[in-house]
Amino acid sequence: MGSLKRNIGAALAAPVTAAAALIDKPLRAWQSATGTGGMATFFLAPNMLIFGIFVLFPLVVNFVYSMTGGTALFLPDRPFVGAEHYERLLDCTDYTDPRSCKDDQFWIAVRNTALFVVLQVGLMTVVAMITALILNRDLRARSFWRAVFFFPVLLSPVVVGLIWRWILQREGLLNFMLYELGGEPVVWLTDRFWAFAAAVGVSIWAHVGFYALILLAGLQAIPRDLYEAAEMDGTRPGRVFWRITLPLLAPNLLVVIVLALIRAVQIFDEVYVLTGGGPGTSTLFLTQYIYEVGFASLLRNPGLAAAASILMGAVLVVLTLIQLNLSRRNSGKGGGR
Amino acid sequence: MKRIAEFLLRRRGGSGWHWTDIVTWVWLVGGLLIMFGPALWLVGSSFKSPAQLAEFPPTLLPYVSQQATVEGYDKPLTLYDVTLENGEKRRLAEIRRIGIVAQMVDPENPGEVIKVNIQNRTPAREVGFATENYTEPFLHFDFLLYLRNSVFVTLMATLITLVTNSMAAFALSKYQFRGRSLVMLLILATLMVPLSVILVPLYSVISAMGLFNSLWGVILPTVATPTGVFLLRQYMLTIPDELLDAARMDKASEWQIYWRIVLPLTAPALAVLAIFSVVWRWNDFLWPLIVLSRKELYTLQVGLNTYAGELNVQWHFILAMTVVTMIPVVLVFIFLQRFITAGIAGSGLK
Repeated sequence: MGSLKRNIGAALAAPVTAAAALIDKPLRAWQSATGTGGMATFFLAPNMLIFGIFVLFPLVVNFVYSMTGGTALFLPDRPFVGAEHYERLLDCTDYTDPRSCKDDQFWIAVRNTALFVVLQVGLMTVVAMITALILNRDLRARSFWRAVFFFPVLLSPVVVGLIWRWILQREGLLNFMLYELGGEPVVWLTDRFWAFAAAVGVSIWAHVGFYALILLAGLQAIPRDLYEAAEMDGTRPGRVFWRITLPLLAPNLLVVIVLALIRAVQIFDEVYVLTGGGPGTSTLFLTQYIYEVGFASLLRNPGLAAAASILMGAVLVVLTLIQLNLSRRNSGKGGGR
Repeated sequence: MKRIAEFLLRRRGGSGWHWTDIVTWVWLVGGLLIMFGPALWLVGSSFKSPAQLAEFPPTLLPYVSQQATVEGYDKPLTLYDVTLENGEKRRLAEIRRIGIVAQMVDPENPGEVIKVNIQNRTPAREVGFATENYTEPFLHFDFLLYLRNSVFVTLMATLITLVTNSMAAFALSKYQFRGRSLVMLLILATLMVPLSVILVPLYSVISAMGLFNSLWGVILPTVATPTGVFLLRQYMLTIPDELLDAARMDKASEWQIYWRIVLPLTAPALAVLAIFSVVWRWNDFLWPLIVLSRKELYTLQVGLNTYAGELNVQWHFILAMTVVTMIPVVLVFIFLQRFITAGIAGSGLK
């Protein structure tokens, strides 16, 4: 068995090794011609080429794209319209009321996303925090319990959406449990309020384990002797939490919140599969708006979608800068992540 | 039993129940139910026949109705538990049904025909699995094709990610060259640009390159991951430069140094990146949804979403296909979970 495995391994590795050996000769020539500077270029080239074509170039083009109109796909075919799309997106008489806006769908998406971000990140941080605190206790089989909470993180959003669609449907498990408890069945996914609540709840279910894990790592980095000292002084557990745990965990907590914010702003996949943005527009979020205006709807308007994505990107840039700043400060202190 | 009770009732410190012990157990057991429950419910449901899925209240386990071959009848007959008029309970097989009256026989004694009101009987069932939920999609839908597409995208993207990211990380960690900090800054900057921000222009780039409706159009934009470059670079920085210099003394080329020395030493970080990349690419949804419009090119996630979006949702197939889609990730979870948790705790990777 062992030798078979080794043989298969050798058979698989042989062409790779041969290829690596084969390109060594031309590379030696390249190396002697250009020196280590040339080699740096060589090693960077594949990644930076892909990166340039599929990330940097589109990023730059996005700005130009957002200032062109029509439905043509390629930039040279698109007429320049200036800031028209931005004006359309931002034209509101009352920013709290989407109906007063020129592009009411966009503002509904903005409002939904803002509400979602606040609720999801707020609740999820609390749940992740409690989970991390509990996992940090003197538990037996801690890695098992950690795995329990982490499990949904790896599931694909489509799978997450379908699992919950199945449970929340009219004759689903949740309504059965309600019925057993003597409650009235609820049409979870076709009720405006419950559909939104489901979007928040399901996305928390799917991601909370990830953040709990980061917080747990932070908790475990807090020196034990601090707690021992507190215990010797007879400090109450609540006080220990507010005075020791929370201040020392603050950097990790901030990183968790900002990371969660960045992801919540872009929420799409699992909610799209779960509710399709409905009922009506009650779970329509920004990324879905961009997707539908850019690709799916009959009145395709790629320029408008590009403008909306730039506005969303601006929010993300601010959040990411905060996050990078935070993690740099953390690593500067030599603690945390 | 005693051991289990002891385990369940373990307390902090040993003396007396503290309220935090109760909170801990409620939270953990509740977490177990909420986190695993839905997935287990999915798996259980995926083995139920369409008729059983429509049942309310739902059963926990999948059942199939029992059948028996009875002497004198060609086809197997369905068994029912019948309450006879005299109150006696018997298990009988149905021959035929006319209106609300069923003609039934005792499988042991097929001579006598008993007429039964259908309200007085319930189907005899046993735990059984409707495996056709799994076999049908493979035979009659494009499911196998979707599976193949997903495997291709996942493997190719991961392979290219590992090669290009490790090469870039090698250059960024082991060479001093002009513009290095600019390159680092560029890569860092793209951390801020998730795919959802550049959807529209990226789509036009892909189309211009003729990669629309091509699996390569799905693969290429995802491979130059800034997180991957960072992870590998951080790891390579810990490899001492003296090792590389010693190899240079022995006339090793730079390529050999990368391939034969640095890469093997970076194996743990490469493994983490590979695991993450597999999970990322297997789970990708929005970008494949945009790039692939021809049905035979769909990945599992896109195909699954399409089936689930049909007017007449065939849940028995959807559930089974969802379980299949889940399998690779569950395997990764079971066997490689500690790498992932270490990766996240160490670098906030996701």
